Amino acid sequence: MIKSKAAAAPFTAWMLLFTIIPLGIVLWFAFTNADGQFTLGNLPHIWAQAATFGISIFYGAIATVICLLLAFPLAYNISRATERVQQTMVMIIMLPMWMNFLLRTYAWMSILENNGFVNQLLRLIGLVGENDYLPLINTGGAVVLGMVYNFLPFMVLPLYTVMSKIDNSVIEAAQDLGSNVFQVFGKVVIPLSIPGMLSGITMVFVPAVSTFVITKLLGGSKTLMIGDAIEQMFIGQGADYHVGATLSLVLMILILVCMAVTGMADKGEEADV
Amino acid sequence: MKLTKLATLLAVLLFVCTCFVGCGEVVEDNEQTSSKGVTINVYNWGEYIDPTVNDLFTEETGIEVNYKNFTDNESMYAVLSSGAATYDIVVPSDYMVGKLINEGMLAKLNFDNIPNYALIDESMKNQLYDPQNEYSVPYTWGTVGIFYNTKYVDEADLQQGWDLLWDEKYAGRIFMFDNPRDAFGIGLLKCGHSLNTTNKAHWDEAYEQLQAQKPLLHQYVMDQIYDKMINEEGWIAPYYAGDGIIMMDEEEGNPAIDFFVPKSGSNLFIDALCIPKNAEHKAEAEQYINFLCRTDIALLNAEYIGYSTPHTEARAELDPEIGENENFYPPQEVLDRTEVFMTLPADVSTYMDGLWMKLKLPAAGWAWCTVAVGIAAVALLIYSFIRYCKKKLRKE
Repeated sequence: MIKSKAAAAPFTAWMLLFTIIPLGIVLWFAFTNADGQFTLGNLPHIWAQAATFGISIFYGAIATVICLLLAFPLAYNISRATERVQQTMVMIIMLPMWMNFLLRTYAWMSILENNGFVNQLLRLIGLVGENDYLPLINTGGAVVLGMVYNFLPFMVLPLYTVMSKIDNSVIEAAQDLGSNVFQVFGKVVIPLSIPGMLSGITMVFVPAVSTFVITKLLGGSKTLMIGDAIEQMFIGQGADYHVGATLSLVLMILILVCMAVTGMADKGEEADV
Repeated sequence: MKLTKLATLLAVLLFVCTCFVGCGEVVEDNEQTSSKGVTINVYNWGEYIDPTVNDLFTEETGIEVNYKNFTDNESMYAVLSSGAATYDIVVPSDYMVGKLINEGMLAKLNFDNIPNYALIDESMKNQLYDPQNEYSVPYTWGTVGIFYNTKYVDEADLQQGWDLLWDEKYAGRIFMFDNPRDAFGIGLLKCGHSLNTTNKAHWDEAYEQLQAQKPLLHQYVMDQIYDKMINEEGWIAPYYAGDGIIMMDEEEGNPAIDFFVPKSGSNLFIDALCIPKNAEHKAEAEQYINFLCRTDIALLNAEYIGYSTPHTEARAELDPEIGENENFYPPQEVLDRTEVFMTLPADVSTYMDGLWMKLKLPAAGWAWCTVAVGIAAVALLIYSFIRYCKKKLRKE
């Protein structure tokens, strides 16, 4: 027991230095004013940004749902394949992550632009006029697409990990007992993969809600998400660290609530099994 | 057992120490070389000096130059005010010069050490940010104007001046500055107000204009403007005149792009050489400023950077295609209608930032989404908690 404590010391020190202390500083900034005095005056700014929070949550939720819908059948198919195929597929899913997140988003920019790949293709087959374009970039859809593309692996991997542990014989048993495909999924596969779904949802939703830069690159910087609003508060011309810290605090609470809900659902699930 | 603990502690200590060493880097450089010869620390914009100039300076004077870049005034200010590094030369823009003077962060220059100051254009001196011209020497300047693609934009429409950025004919093809000061500057120009107005009603008017413009925009953008204009992603963009050299370049740019400064007025910006109060080698820094103001060096820089030079002789020696180009050196009557950014009072600056955030806000209805999610989350939390507790109880 003591031995394991000593081994954890570097990690504890790391956490203390780079997680606990910074969190304390965020808290400190959130409840002080420029003179360092205690104030609740930063709180109204939360309401001022309520719409930004709303749209961030909405985009994040949509992206999470799309990721789940895409990842579920994908992860299931991978988990049922042969060992070799599984390894290759996981590798292919990880492959884009070897490239920097920003670069991948830039790539989407040149695909979606007015004179980008998609629009040129549409022009070529005559679906849009020569000087016309299908508005793809700088829309909410482009932002959600960027999120889905960037965070999809975070949904596939936990789902795959959980699903690969589902024994084929369980599924076969359900089939032997007369279940059709939907029943097999509804009664066996989905319930057994809920822990993976929950961690997948957390791993996609949390970064999606707090993302910045995607809005700037794919959304045309017209509507800020909460991540951008916080960034603005720290690097803008009239940067206000105190308001920025307050907004980050709200975001953190939001994420904590999200994790608490999924965590409890997870525990509930365990109790069921 | 104790040994492991000690080792961990040492490792952590070592790590923490290395962290702090990084912060003091610039200062240390300075001390190390001070025995060999003086090194001055210069903090300038990226791509803002001819690459040979610093070597020439070292060759002639024996003074080493430690040259560092910054990307915008605000980050430069953050570094300077945090005291993380001491610099002997900084190159802030007009309003930032004013801010630094107000906060007592700049040293008064000894112009006896800078005889070449006489070669700087009189009209660039004694600007509002430094009325007696005691703290700064203009380095480059330029105006804000509109870049447009001649293939798609009617020559006749240019008569509209700044209103071109509100022309519905070009909806979806217009870009706008993605920083509050420049964007609101154009809004204020459109309404005919001063760029430095402290009347909040004027800022509100500009805000209304920007809000009306938002649906017509392709996007708000800064550095990516080059690619987007060159690729004809959009057709109209306000930007800094000096950057036009890249955009309109025959090979790397798009020759169809042209530039004009609206006649009704514009923003004139000046980037100036200054010496921070805590500079360690003020005399050498002044020598450096004087060197940059020498005609041959100023010419090298003017040709390399592409922004307009305030140096009278260098400008006369420039390729006439640039030196006589009204886009880069607008005639006096246009210059008379330009205005330099001043440091805004804190309350106005905060007000502007608030409006900027408001401009980028999604429709107000989204606020109810937050409320709904909040209520749902709390409900779900309570529900899960109760369920969890019940299960635990049942187990026991």
